[in-house]
Amino acid sequence: MVMFWIAVLIISTLLYVLLDGSDLGVGMLFGLTRDETRRATMISAVSSVWDGNETWLVVAGVLLWSAFPAVYATLFSAFYLPLLLMLAGLILRGVAFEYRHKAERTKWVWDAAFAGGSLAATFIQGLMVGALVQGLPVENGEYTGGEFGWFSPFAILCGIGLCLGYSLLGACWLVQKCEDDVREVAYRQIPVLAIGLLVFLVVVFVYALAENLRVMDRWVERPFLFVFPLVGMVTALVAARSVRLRRDSIPFVMVALIFAAAFGTLAISFWPYMIPFSITITEAAAPHSSLAFLFWFAGIIVFPLMLLYTTINLTVFRGKVRPNAGHY
Amino acid sequence: MDIGSTAILLARAQFAFTIGFHIILPAFSIGLANYLMVLEGLWLLTGRQVYMDVFQYWLKIFAVGFAMGVVSGLVMSYQFGTNWGAFADKAGPIVGPLMGYEVLTAFFLEAGFLGIMLFGRHRVGPYLHFAATCFVAIGTLISAFWILSANSWMQTPTGYKTSLDGRFLPDSWLHIIFNPSFPFRWVHMVIAAFLSVAFLVGAVGAYHLLRDRQNQAARTMFSMAMWMAAFVAPIQILAGDFHGLNTLEHQPAKVAALEGDWHAEPGQRLILLGWPNMGTEKTDFEVSIPHLGALILTHTWNGEIKGLADFPRDQRPPSPPIFVAFRVMVLLGVLMAAIGIAGLWKRYRGRLYYSNWLLRCMVIMGPAGFMALLSGWVVTEVGRQPYTVYGMLRTEESVSPIGLPGVATSLVAFAIVYFIVFGAGFFFLLRLMRHMPIVGEGGPPQGVPVRSAGLTPLPSLHPDPRHPTEPRPAE
Repeated sequence: MVMFWIAVLIISTLLYVLLDGSDLGVGMLFGLTRDETRRATMISAVSSVWDGNETWLVVAGVLLWSAFPAVYATLFSAFYLPLLLMLAGLILRGVAFEYRHKAERTKWVWDAAFAGGSLAATFIQGLMVGALVQGLPVENGEYTGGEFGWFSPFAILCGIGLCLGYSLLGACWLVQKCEDDVREVAYRQIPVLAIGLLVFLVVVFVYALAENLRVMDRWVERPFLFVFPLVGMVTALVAARSVRLRRDSIPFVMVALIFAAAFGTLAISFWPYMIPFSITITEAAAPHSSLAFLFWFAGIIVFPLMLLYTTINLTVFRGKVRPNAGHY
Repeated sequence: MDIGSTAILLARAQFAFTIGFHIILPAFSIGLANYLMVLEGLWLLTGRQVYMDVFQYWLKIFAVGFAMGVVSGLVMSYQFGTNWGAFADKAGPIVGPLMGYEVLTAFFLEAGFLGIMLFGRHRVGPYLHFAATCFVAIGTLISAFWILSANSWMQTPTGYKTSLDGRFLPDSWLHIIFNPSFPFRWVHMVIAAFLSVAFLVGAVGAYHLLRDRQNQAARTMFSMAMWMAAFVAPIQILAGDFHGLNTLEHQPAKVAALEGDWHAEPGQRLILLGWPNMGTEKTDFEVSIPHLGALILTHTWNGEIKGLADFPRDQRPPSPPIFVAFRVMVLLGVLMAAIGIAGLWKRYRGRLYYSNWLLRCMVIMGPAGFMALLSGWVVTEVGRQPYTVYGMLRTEESVSPIGLPGVATSLVAFAIVYFIVFGAGFFFLLRLMRHMPIVGEGGPPQGVPVRSAGLTPLPSLHPDPRHPTEPRPAE
């Protein structure tokens, strides 16, 4: 039962990273251009799907509470200020979709909110992952680090890394969804972002070696973990080739696979801990009766349905978009 | 006041502030989604263009309101963990799964089909589009079901055991979900959402009728709203009465606080106005009617109810805000019913669209439903104090170990962000509602084969009689 819910949680988080990650990436790339037609096309590429995508974050948050209340309480108190900033970023990003169509004089405010909100939310998400890898001060299941216990250079580094990563996803999404110059610009951005991401990964690796982070021990103990970086490398090569050949639908899938591989690496490096090296999955789990109540309806019926809605939504809006196409 | 209790007070202020903003928006979504479903259904059924015009008009408004609701709801789902960690941990095994069900069964349904509802009308056929609208509308009702179940469980907890470390463990999910106050609260809230939106729609219709009596779309809005006011407002008063009796049974201190009663007396009087004084234990400046309180609350002439002074001081909710909010809610409810009855009379005389004073009253009453709804939530939530889980878990035992600086920072940040974001949002909503509804805004093309994605021609390239190429209303 616990394993079922941890799997659902992992799937939800991964889906969030892939789906909303690309929306946030498009948001950041949006900030790099001034051209109104390009901007309108970029917004159209995500406006019909972002709401469903962001919902996976709510799913992950609420599942964490329902199935692992101890982690929810500890983690959310620990990341009090970062979460606040992330929510503020997501709020600004979310309302900007609607507001920029309605605004007249203040359109630039919502354009800035769209790009800035995406950037802030992404940076914070990376930062929190970094802080988790570094290790949070937790004693007896209670967070003891104070307001800034999550702060470390490594966490900041991870924040920047995720910005690069999501932008890469976003660029691949644009290549898939757009035509003409938006697609061309995105194609030119992909190699730059990919190299940036590679440099980041090398730095992280060196840093982790230098600091002797506990995660590194796990890699030595569990050599099969190296399968994931290997998958990442193969997919990266396929992605590079498809970019050269301008095969629009391949890069997104490949970069998504790279993300999945990175995500899997993290999850298995932490296993069986939920908050690395202080709270394990079994310690964090809700009582069996709560998990079972969730399982018998939400777990086996509703969750597959949710995957179905997501598929329907993505299928209805498949294909290339135009600026403001089909705006109600 | 020491630092710890100031931090709790700020955390409560933050929760009250964020949920106060938030609750308006789901109510808006519940009411409007169902209204849109009715409109699109009527359009498919009768083929009358005016229904599609009104649908398109409110769809734009719905999109803005829904986006605001999603982001403010995101804050709520995280705030239990960030500020109320102890509550989240102790009540988590019960409230968590209920929230989980809300997100999985409802929130996702809404978010998943909203895209099709807003952007999909040229990509799917009219019936599929209607199905998407229905899913969104049903989603809002299911969402209300779970959220109100969770809230009601906090008001009247049943079906649980407590563990040694003070956690609430589920014993019977049936008793948890259908706890004693839940059915009353759910019905009262859903009707409140319908009425709030009916008055908003009616006010917008009335506003445009005052400028153009012949505007068909404005007439439809106003007429539908007046039917709601005439029949649903009285039903709501009845539902409120039942809810009150249920509260008297399970949370007598709340009823004493909202009545401003301090002592039980045979033939309890009904205090109309006054100011409950928590220090001296009496209600200052009171204006009251003998026996009426007994009549309303016990349905007998000489009945009595417990007063606040019959409860220990540390178990009393703070009476003044509850007392005031309750009077605001009741007054607005009665006014809404009165407008509804006046509308029936005007309709009977065939003057529904021509009565200046009725139209003006309706414009003024536009926000009345939302104000009444917010007041009602103040009554029920402040009335639950000093507990988070009524009678079981005190508010001061529910907070996270966050210091005063952290909570103060976040409160200020939320205040700023909310005022900018939601201030702008309400401004855009008002501006959308100021636009005169125009005829022929177009709908999903009926009878046109579903075009596959990617080939959708722009309306300007392919003139379609159903989609006049005239520009969209001044933007």
